[in-house]
Amino acid sequence: MERPLTQNIDRGREPLGLKAYEAAGGYQAVRKVLTEMTPEQVTKAVKDSGLRGRGGAGFPTGLKWSFVPMGDDAPHPKYLVCNADEMEPGTFKDRVLLEGDPHLMVESMIVAGYAMGADVGYIFLRWAYRLADRRLRAAIAEATAAGYLGDNILGSGYSLTLHVHVSAGRYICGEETALLNSLEGRRATPRAKPPFPQVSGLWGKPTIVQNVETLCNVPHVINRGADWFRGLSRTEEGGTKLYGVSGRVKNPGCWELPMGTPIREIVEEHAGGMQDGLKLRGLLPGGASTDFLVEEHFDTPMDYTSIQAAGSRMGTGTMILLDDGNCPVGMALNMQNFFARESCGWCTPCRDGLPWIEKLLQAIENGDGHADDLDLLDAHARDLGPGNTFCALAPGAMEPLHSGLKFFRQDFERHIAGKGCPWS
Amino acid sequence: MRIRILVDGKSFGVKQGDNLLHACLSNGLDLPYFCWHPLLGSVGSCRQCAVKSYDSEDDQEGRMVMACMESATQGCRISIDDPEAVRFRAQVIEWLMVNHPHDCAVCDEGGECHLQDMTVMTGHDHRRYRFTKSTHRNQDLGPFINHEMNRCITCYRCVRFYRDYAGGEDLNAFGAHDRMYFGRQSDGTLESPFSGNLVEVCPTGVFTDKTFKAHYTRKWDLQTSPSVCVHCSLGCNTLLGERYGEVRRVLNRYNADVNGYLLCDRGRFGYDFVNSEQRIREPHGRQAGAAAGEDLDQEAVLERCASLLKTDNSLVGIGSPRASLEANFALRELVGADHFYSGISAQEYELEGAVLKALREGPVRTPSLREVESADAVLLLGEDPTDSAPMLALALRQSVRQQPLREAMKAGIPQWHDSAVRGMIQDRKGPLFVATPVATALDDIATEALRAAPDDVARLGLAVAHVIDPQAPAVGGLAAAAQALAKRIAAALLSAERPLVVSGTACGSTVVIQAAAAVATALSVARAQTEVDPPLLFLTLSECNSLGLALLNPKPLAQLLKSGGKGVGGTAVVLENDLFRRAPAEQVDALLEGRSLVVLDHVPHATTERAHLVLPAATFAESSGTLVNNEGRAQQFHAALAPAAAIRPSWSWLRGAHAAARPLEAPPVSLEDLRNACAAATPELAEVWTPAATAEQTQTLRYAEEKVPRASFRASGRTAMHAHLNVHEPSPPADADSALAFTMEGFSSPDGQLIPSYWAPGWNSVQALNKFQSEIGGEQRGGDPGVRLIEPRAAGPSCYPDAAPAAYAARDGEWLVLALPRIFGGEELSNGSPALQERTPEARLVLHAEDGRALGLEDGDEVEVSAPGCSLRLPVTLLDDAVPGVAMLPLGIPGKGYLALPLRASIRRAPA
Repeated sequence: MERPLTQNIDRGREPLGLKAYEAAGGYQAVRKVLTEMTPEQVTKAVKDSGLRGRGGAGFPTGLKWSFVPMGDDAPHPKYLVCNADEMEPGTFKDRVLLEGDPHLMVESMIVAGYAMGADVGYIFLRWAYRLADRRLRAAIAEATAAGYLGDNILGSGYSLTLHVHVSAGRYICGEETALLNSLEGRRATPRAKPPFPQVSGLWGKPTIVQNVETLCNVPHVINRGADWFRGLSRTEEGGTKLYGVSGRVKNPGCWELPMGTPIREIVEEHAGGMQDGLKLRGLLPGGASTDFLVEEHFDTPMDYTSIQAAGSRMGTGTMILLDDGNCPVGMALNMQNFFARESCGWCTPCRDGLPWIEKLLQAIENGDGHADDLDLLDAHARDLGPGNTFCALAPGAMEPLHSGLKFFRQDFERHIAGKGCPWS
Repeated sequence: MRIRILVDGKSFGVKQGDNLLHACLSNGLDLPYFCWHPLLGSVGSCRQCAVKSYDSEDDQEGRMVMACMESATQGCRISIDDPEAVRFRAQVIEWLMVNHPHDCAVCDEGGECHLQDMTVMTGHDHRRYRFTKSTHRNQDLGPFINHEMNRCITCYRCVRFYRDYAGGEDLNAFGAHDRMYFGRQSDGTLESPFSGNLVEVCPTGVFTDKTFKAHYTRKWDLQTSPSVCVHCSLGCNTLLGERYGEVRRVLNRYNADVNGYLLCDRGRFGYDFVNSEQRIREPHGRQAGAAAGEDLDQEAVLERCASLLKTDNSLVGIGSPRASLEANFALRELVGADHFYSGISAQEYELEGAVLKALREGPVRTPSLREVESADAVLLLGEDPTDSAPMLALALRQSVRQQPLREAMKAGIPQWHDSAVRGMIQDRKGPLFVATPVATALDDIATEALRAAPDDVARLGLAVAHVIDPQAPAVGGLAAAAQALAKRIAAALLSAERPLVVSGTACGSTVVIQAAAAVATALSVARAQTEVDPPLLFLTLSECNSLGLALLNPKPLAQLLKSGGKGVGGTAVVLENDLFRRAPAEQVDALLEGRSLVVLDHVPHATTERAHLVLPAATFAESSGTLVNNEGRAQQFHAALAPAAAIRPSWSWLRGAHAAARPLEAPPVSLEDLRNACAAATPELAEVWTPAATAEQTQTLRYAEEKVPRASFRASGRTAMHAHLNVHEPSPPADADSALAFTMEGFSSPDGQLIPSYWAPGWNSVQALNKFQSEIGGEQRGGDPGVRLIEPRAAGPSCYPDAAPAAYAARDGEWLVLALPRIFGGEELSNGSPALQERTPEARLVLHAEDGRALGLEDGDEVEVSAPGCSLRLPVTLLDDAVPGVAMLPLGIPGKGYLALPLRASIRRAPA
C-alpha cells in the first residue's frame, strides 16, 4: 500500500533535512512545475486528480484555485495561506505531517503558490505546535538557502516568500476568513462570503487558504499524475487520507490509508478495537463538529460522499469514539463547553445560544434539568443551523448535539427524570 | 435604477442593488434590525433581519437569509411573514435578552429604546432562560457619555461608528464569546469629538447622554422642537428637548444635505448655556453716570427705550453673527441701513469678505456636507475643521474613502457590504492634501500633510492653481519640493471625478482663502470644456449666522470704531454681542464714551455691564428665527420653550422699542410680517421664507389647518406640572411665531422642517426616522429643510488674485502669532455649558519644538507673549509638527479680551 503523505515520516528520528528529502525525490515537483508547466496546467492537474480539501469541508481543490484572478491584470501581491491552525477537538493529523516532513510542507507551498501566482505564503500554525514551528522554520531556511524560496526560484522568474505565523490560539482562527483577519492583526471574526478570499482575501488581495494535508498531496499529484492519485483510493474519491482515532481503543493514533477505508476496519484493525469490557456506542467521524454515527453506520467507507449519505460529515477524518462506559450527556457538555468558549462573539445565535446550551447541559448533568429542556435543546439545534449563523462554527457545534439528542435521547431523559448522571 | 421585488406576494419598487433590509424599510415595512445602520452599512452580525428568500415561484421551501446581506434583484421574492422567519427573529431577540436587564419600566432608555421596540415587534414576551445573567463593570467615559455595559446586546455599532466611521481610536471591542466588552482600554474621557453620536447609534442604553442624565426627565415628557445648531457656521439641524423651562438635551435632526444622522460634541452638549444661572432674566436700566441700576418692568422698559431711541435720529446699531436674520434685520430697520454695523472684528470682516467674494463672484459651487462626503479628492488649506467646523472634518473622513470604494465596487462588492468593502480597500485612503501651520486631526487620513505659515500655504495653493490653469498667477521663488507637491496635488485634483477645495475664515488669512478660491477656479476652467462634474469649494465661516448677517450688508465695525463714532448718533444699540471680544478695549471705550448704550443679550458680559439699558433676549431655544450657514443655506429654528416672563426674542424687543419710539414708522408686527419686509428689502433673501404668510395668517400660523404639538401624545406629566401650585391647568403659552404649539394637541405628523420629534407606531426610538424619509438615507418626506441662497455664476469673472504673496520669512526674536480654533473652549455660547467647560483644555501657546528649545523651554513652561496692545502669560505646548517662527494662540480664552490675530510678537520665558 502506498503512503505518499507519510512516506518520509519516521517518528523515531528527526525529519528529513533538505539533502535527504531531495534524495528521497523531494523538490522534484517544484522543478517540474517551474520548468515544464504553466500555472494553469498545475491547476488543471490538481483538478483532474479530484483532490478535495482535507480541512473538513471537502471542497474540490483545483476548482478553488481556478477562481483566482490570473494574468498580467491580476492584483498583486497574491497570497497562499496554509491553514495549520489545527484546533478541531480530536484532530491531530496535520501535526503528523508538519512535524514529520516539514520539507513536504514547504515544497507543497511552492508548487501551489506557483499555480496561483502567489507572491507571499504564510503557514498559519496552531499556537501549541512548537516543534512544528521549529522544524518548519529550519526547513524554510534550508529551502531558501538552496534557492527553492525567495526571488527568482531556480532561475524560473517565479518568486515566493514564505513565513510561519504562530496563532494566538483560538478555534475560530481555523475558519479561513477569521484566519485572514487574525493574520492582518484584526479581531479573529469571520468575514462574509462573497467576496471569497480568492477575490478579496488577505489585505484585500487574491488569496487561497488551504489545509496542510490538502497541500501535501499536491507535489505527489504533480509527480505521479491524476490517474495514479485516483488509483490510491478504494472509492471514487482520489488519494489517501490521514485517519485518526481517539477514545478508549487499544491503540489510538493516526494512519495514512486509502480513501474510503471503512470505519470498522479503521477502528478494529488500526486502532486495535475497543479496550476490554467496552463496547462502541457511537462516534464522531471527523472531529467534534460532525454528527454522531452509530452501529448501523460502522461499515460505511470513510469518504466524503459515503459519510454524508450516512448522515454525518467526513470532516477532518479523525474520529472521536463514545463507548458504553461513558456518559453521552457529559460528552455533549464537554463539547458545547468548548464551542461556547470558542465562539468569537460576532453573531447573536452563536454568541448567546451556545452558552445557553452549555448551561442547559450542565443543569441536566447536575440533576437540575427540566422536562422541557430537551425541547429547548432541540430548538437550538435547529436554530443554530447553517444560514442562521454567520459562519459554520455554531452549525458544526450543533451536529453532535442534534444527532446526540437523536441517538441517545433516553440518556438525556434519564438524567432529567433521575435528577443526575447515572454514570457518576 | 428602480426595480420591483415581491415581499409576501406584494410588489414594491426599490433601488437596484440596495440590500433587502434597506429596501423593505424604504417601503415602510417593519423588519427588525440592530447591527445595520444606514450610515454604517451591513455586516450581518445580529441576525435579526432574517427573512425567507425564494428562488422562484415554484420554490415553496425557501431559505433563511439576512435581509441586510442580500442585494435586491429584479423580481426577487422574500417573505417577512413566513412563520419560520417570524419565529427565528423572536428567538434572536430571546438570545439578545439572555443577558439584558429586564428592567424596562425603570430604565432611563425605556420609551426611546430600539431594543425595546424590536422586542415588542418580534413578539418575544416570555423568558425561558433560567440561569444567571452576566454583568460588567462600567467605565467613566468623561462628561459627555454615560456607560452602562450590562445593557449591551453586542451589535458592534458603537465601534463601527466610532472607529470605522469617525476615525476614533480609544473605543474598542474587547473579549470574546458571550463576554464581549465595548469600552476603552481603561477609564477615561472618550477622545473623539463625535462621541455623542454613540447615544443615538447605540440601539439601547449602553451609551447615554450624561448631560441629559444630570437633569433627566422621561423622554416622552419632553417638549421638543426643530432647531439649528448655533455653535459653528455649518448649521447642523437639531432637536431640542425641554421640560420645566430648561433645555434638557439635543438630539440629531436629520437633514440629508447637511448633517445627516450625526452631530459633533460641541453641537450636542453645548446647549447648557441656555440654562445658565447667569442668564439675564429682567430688563435692567442704569441712568447715565450712575454706578448701579435697577430692574425694570415691561412698561418702564419700553418707556425708557422710547426716550432713548426717539430723541436720536441717527442711532447706531451693531448687529451680531450669532443673532437671527430677523433680529439683525429688525435692528437695521430701527437704526437705518446707513447706521447698521457688522458686529465682527476687522480681521473677521476682511476674511468674510474674501469668502463672500468667492461665493458671490466665483464660478465654483459651494457644496453641502453631503456633497463633501462624496468628493473624491480634497485639498484642505489653512485650517483644521475638526476644531472650527467639526462636522466638516467628519465629512472629509468619508470623502477619503471614495476612490478606494470605487475599487471595491469594481470588484462587484456592493457599497452597503461594509465589512467586505473595508476588507478589500483596507487602509487605502485619499487623496486628501492638507497644508496648515500646525498638525491637524486629519493628518492621519491625509495623503500628504504640509506644515507652512499662512502665506506659504497660500503660495502652495496658487502654485497648484497655476499648474492647473496657467492663467492663474505664477508663484515666484517656490522651492522645488513645494513645486513638486503642487504638481502632485494638481494631478490628483485633475484626475478626480469630484474634486473639492476646503478652507475658511478660521485659517485667519485672506490670501489663503483667495488661494483656495483660485484652485477651485482653475479646476473649473480646466474642466469647463469637459463632461465631468464641476469642482467644489467649501469655505467655513466663524459663527452660526455669519453669512446671514453679511447678506444684510452691514458696514464694517472697524470703520465706526476708527472714526470714534463721529457722525453717528448718541445712542448705540448692540444686538447679542460683546464688543470687547470684537475690538480693542480702548476703541470700544472711545465709542461708548458719552453715548447711551442699549444692549440685547442673554448672558452678561463686558458690554452689558456698560449698558444703560439691558434687554433680556431669548436664546435660540426660546425663539424662532432664521440662520444662514456657510453654504448659504437659510434654515429656520423654532423655540423649544416659551421664554420666561420678561424675556423676549431680540427681534421682538427691537420691534417693540421701534414702535414705542416711532409708532407711525413701525407699527407692531408679527415675525412673519418682519420676514416679508426683510425679503422685500433684501433681494438675496427673497426666497428664504416662501411662501411667506400674509398678515392675517400670521396670527394663526397653522400646518394642515392645525397647530403642530411640541409635546408627545404620551406626555404623562402635563397636568401634574403645576398641580402643587394650582389644580387648574394653566392654558399653554401661545406661539404666534410658528405653526408649533406648546401642547399635546394638534396635527402630529408634519413633514419637512416642522417635525418636532421622530415617532411612529411601534418605533419609539430615534430610528423612527426611517418612517420620515422618502427612502432610507434619502431626503425627508416633504423635502429637507433649508433654502440655498447663493449659486455660482455661470461664467463669472476670474477669481484669481493679482499676485502671490511673498514667502514667509521668520524674523529673529519675533513670532507670527496665529489664532488656533478649538472645538471645546473656542466658541462663545458653548463655553457657557458646564460639560464643555470640563472638556476645555488649559489654554496653551503652541510653539515649534525647536523654537522652544532655543528659548530654553520645556513643555508646560510659562511664557510671556508681548506685542503692542497685547501682553499675555500662558504655558506652552511644544510640537515638532508645526512651523518654526509661528506660534498658535487658542481663540476665545476667557478673560483675555480681544486680540488682533494674527500679530507679530516677541516671546520669552516668563519670570518665575
